[in-house]
Amino acid sequence: MAKASAKQVLFDPIFSNNPIALQILGICSALAVTTSLNVTLVMCIALTSVTALSNLFISVVRNQIPSSIRMIVQMVIIASLVIVVDQVLKAYAYSISKQLSVFVGLIITNCIVMGRAEAFAMQNPPHMSFLDGIGNGLGYSFILICVATVRELLGAGSLFGIEILPVVNAGGWYQPNGLLLLPPSAFFIIGLIIWGLRSWKTDQVEAPEFKMAPQTRAMKEAM
Amino acid sequence: MSSKKESVLRTLTVALLVCLVCSVVVSAAAVALKPVQVTNQLQDKQRNILQIAGLYKEGVSVQDQFKQITPRLVDLRTGEFSDARDPLTFDQQKASKDPATSERLDPEADIASIRRQSYYSTVYVVEDEQGEIETLILPIHGYGLWSTLYGFMALESDLKTVVGLGFYQHAETPGLGGEVDNPNWKKQWTGKVVYDESGDVDISVIKGGVDSNSPNAEHQVDALAGATLTSRGVENLVRFWLGQDGFGEFLDHLRAGEA
Repeated sequence: MAKASAKQVLFDPIFSNNPIALQILGICSALAVTTSLNVTLVMCIALTSVTALSNLFISVVRNQIPSSIRMIVQMVIIASLVIVVDQVLKAYAYSISKQLSVFVGLIITNCIVMGRAEAFAMQNPPHMSFLDGIGNGLGYSFILICVATVRELLGAGSLFGIEILPVVNAGGWYQPNGLLLLPPSAFFIIGLIIWGLRSWKTDQVEAPEFKMAPQTRAMKEAM
Repeated sequence: MSSKKESVLRTLTVALLVCLVCSVVVSAAAVALKPVQVTNQLQDKQRNILQIAGLYKEGVSVQDQFKQITPRLVDLRTGEFSDARDPLTFDQQKASKDPATSERLDPEADIASIRRQSYYSTVYVVEDEQGEIETLILPIHGYGLWSTLYGFMALESDLKTVVGLGFYQHAETPGLGGEVDNPNWKKQWTGKVVYDESGDVDISVIKGGVDSNSPNAEHQVDALAGATLTSRGVENLVRFWLGQDGFGEFLDHLRAGEA
């Protein structure tokens, strides 16, 4: 692999190599925390800082880690960072941290963090790894913010908790779409984003795993 | 990779060092941020009390709103108000663990599975202009499925009609037992009557929905779907705290006007 420039490392994960849209990692939290923009933004910041810092620290010690325990060492570093982030949120964003509840803790198991540590930070110098972490965090944030915008706007008629479309319950005209507040809707929106992204950047389309045989009309006629 | 890097000694050293550094970082963060978190928790508790009493207003500082509520200490042994401790700083959770400030409960009577009962408890009183009790907010706790649920129950001036019930701390299964936080479920409690005519505790959490035509409907609350043990825990803890081992005696005194 040719050496990538810092700019590429930072911005590639947003569109060209998006962790959610192309690598399909970290879907769980993308479903769970995207019902309102406030919560989503905090989650994005939390994940981006964990990915960036874990990449940085793992890259710093990468030459010292014996390969027999490398996964465990990565997990220990990631888990400690997540606990620190969780403590900070509890101290400075208490109500949001209550809403995020278990999902901050679940950053530990988010495949993006571990995936970047293993795939990038173990082979690259610290500053590049740090940028790669930020880049992947931004890629994750980009998708989450898109999803959350659609879900909050159409599901609750507001953005950042500020009313945009006056809802029927409060005397307005907009009948909110309850489905958008439920997790499956995030799947639909992520699906649409992936479709859009792959129509734009056609090189992301995966080769079909099998080809349909020419259908059976001729056979039927033959029978 | 060199074989030196893979030796057992080296693996152990690296593992030990990583653990050491990480634990120092984690504990430093936990200790340094503790005071801010405690303030947050206190505010959250106060906000909860306000919400359960139906007094909470969005946009006004919790501290200002909380001024209409008077914390008072109750001696659970005598069922009377007491000045033995400062009601603001008294920590019932801590006191229930300390043998000097709590007593062991008889397992038969301990339906809320709390094991030890603190001698004192802080209740919160909202008074009207005449100094009469308008709303009384009682702290309650008890065991659900995984955890002890800590919450409050607010009663109207007749001391048997529920204004609200809610929990500020628990670790029940999110989505099942965790639904004790669901506003729609909590709303059911409002207006329920917790004592029958003869003054005995009469409130139950039942499965299969409450028939609003039944004469018992005002003593019944619909259980949480998929959370039998949490629902049963809530029923038991409410019954315990309203009973004679909990606030029963205190409420009797209040009714007679001699607390």
